[in-house]
Amino acid sequence: MPLIRAEHLAYEYLLLDEEQETEEKKTALKGLDFSVEKGEYIAILGRNGSGKSTLARHINALLFPTEGTVWVKDMRTDDESRLWDIRSSAGMVFQNPDNQIVATVVEEDVGFGPENIGVPTEEIWQRVRASLQAVGMGEKGSSAPHRLSGGQKQRVAIAGVLAMEPECIVFDEATAMLDPKGRREVLEAIQKLNQEKGITVLLITHYMEEAALAGRIMVMDQGSLVMDGTPRDIFSRSEDLKALGLTVPPVTALADRLIEAGLPLPKGIHQETQLVQAVANLYKGRGETHGA
Amino acid sequence: MGLKLEEVSYVYEPGTPMETRALEPVSLSVEPGEVLAIIGATGSGKSTLIQMMNGLNRPSSGRVLFHGQDIFEEKYDRRQLRSRVGLVFQYPEYQLFETNVLKDICFGPRNQGLSEEVCLERARRAMAVVGLSQAYENRSPFELSGGEKRRAAIAGVLAMEPEILILDEPTAGLDPQGREELMSELMALKQQAGLGIVLVSHSMEEVAKLADRIIILSRGRLLFSGLAREVFSRGELLQEAGLDLPAAGRILSRLKETGLPLETDALTIDEALNRIMALFSAPGQKQE
Repeated sequence: MPLIRAEHLAYEYLLLDEEQETEEKKTALKGLDFSVEKGEYIAILGRNGSGKSTLARHINALLFPTEGTVWVKDMRTDDESRLWDIRSSAGMVFQNPDNQIVATVVEEDVGFGPENIGVPTEEIWQRVRASLQAVGMGEKGSSAPHRLSGGQKQRVAIAGVLAMEPECIVFDEATAMLDPKGRREVLEAIQKLNQEKGITVLLITHYMEEAALAGRIMVMDQGSLVMDGTPRDIFSRSEDLKALGLTVPPVTALADRLIEAGLPLPKGIHQETQLVQAVANLYKGRGETHGA
Repeated sequence: MGLKLEEVSYVYEPGTPMETRALEPVSLSVEPGEVLAIIGATGSGKSTLIQMMNGLNRPSSGRVLFHGQDIFEEKYDRRQLRSRVGLVFQYPEYQLFETNVLKDICFGPRNQGLSEEVCLERARRAMAVVGLSQAYENRSPFELSGGEKRRAAIAGVLAMEPEILILDEPTAGLDPQGREELMSELMALKQQAGLGIVLVSHSMEEVAKLADRIIILSRGRLLFSGLAREVFSRGELLQEAGLDLPAAGRILSRLKETGLPLETDALTIDEALNRIMALFSAPGQKQE
């Protein structure tokens, strides 16, 4: 059974004018069908306004379909009696860490969620310690959140979601406000959660090099799912991506240019390690192919 | 002339147990026609510094001079200064508030006391510069996409025809196309006579493309100041500041680590392309 499944998922909303009369009907999602298996690491791409965040909010029951259905495990997300089960199975991390941290001490913040759903005290502390450990913040339990860097705050926010023991976490542009180091820390933490704890990751991002770390990429445009494949597939279609307001990671752009200039590199390079190895190998073997 | 900061420092809650030094004394200048990038990790003092430039933040010590005049002197007209040193905040969507885009962009020049006619003319010119077509004039600023809002906010500042334009993370949260469009608009602005730009950005790619000079701040201290190329040939400095090389430089550095004879100071993908291709046209095989 897939962890998440959407069938003909559509979402419409009404724009009201000043007299609260309907001005316009907007369609944010136009009948999506997809499923996500347990343990997947999926990046969701799409231009501003393409429906990515609306989709994400359906997965943890912040929004409900106007047509079609979303299931998390065996629960329909519009089944109100299961709301809290759904939200603890599918956690969400947002862009601004400052809006997600509520307590004045890190470990209290992380324990806030489990305490709210009535987890016994002893277990709360276990969860808090394990969650902070998992995001590399084990030493910072008694710190004040406002003293932390952006990357550290965001990892506290992730630990807070982890403490609910979710099976899936949706990251909605969770690195957009971070500096390069903070971004690296958060991406490493996410990767570790996926690989070591088997947590399913849905990563919404505008950074193509972040998407290149995923196992699968879904591309949205105007409320529809328009591409779904591996980073290698998706990033070898640079013209199609351009038409969708997207691009390829810088390393793919460089690899494409090198191929145009005549270097026999493999297609679909999307990680820097791949390019470095391929170019180094070509250079070492150049006597044989280019021999004088 | 331009804008000059002399040994400015900033201390929060001085004389109390909570006293915190946010910025050690820093000196810098911004000249017309150049782009100065200020880079550094979150909390390194960038915002404190740029808010001194237009008089929003009074330094605890040191002076801010605009055309040779101390902007914190008692009689200095700091209100007027804000139209000459324009600041676009990181989330300019919070700066928009009028009922349509044209009115919003007119707000600044109208406050400068310009006639309606001149305001409209300037607003329309600013819209053209940032790539907002006439069709946007009557739209509500709140219905715009993230990228469009960002451009409307920049146009609002440009319409005041500032001499210095300060941009705090102008492309954060924009999709790749929005980022690229805004970047080429900023490149075009750079050519505009007399305008000096201060760019605060976490994107080393953008800084490498736009900046003439770069200042690195780390924990409230000036770590380095120099030409863009010097900064990006010092990967260890960037690491120390919690930053990174642009992808082009990072890839070349990693190639060099595998033993390839390369210069690693490339700023752009084009430059990286040339450096790598040069490896494969070994001496004696070169055409011409």
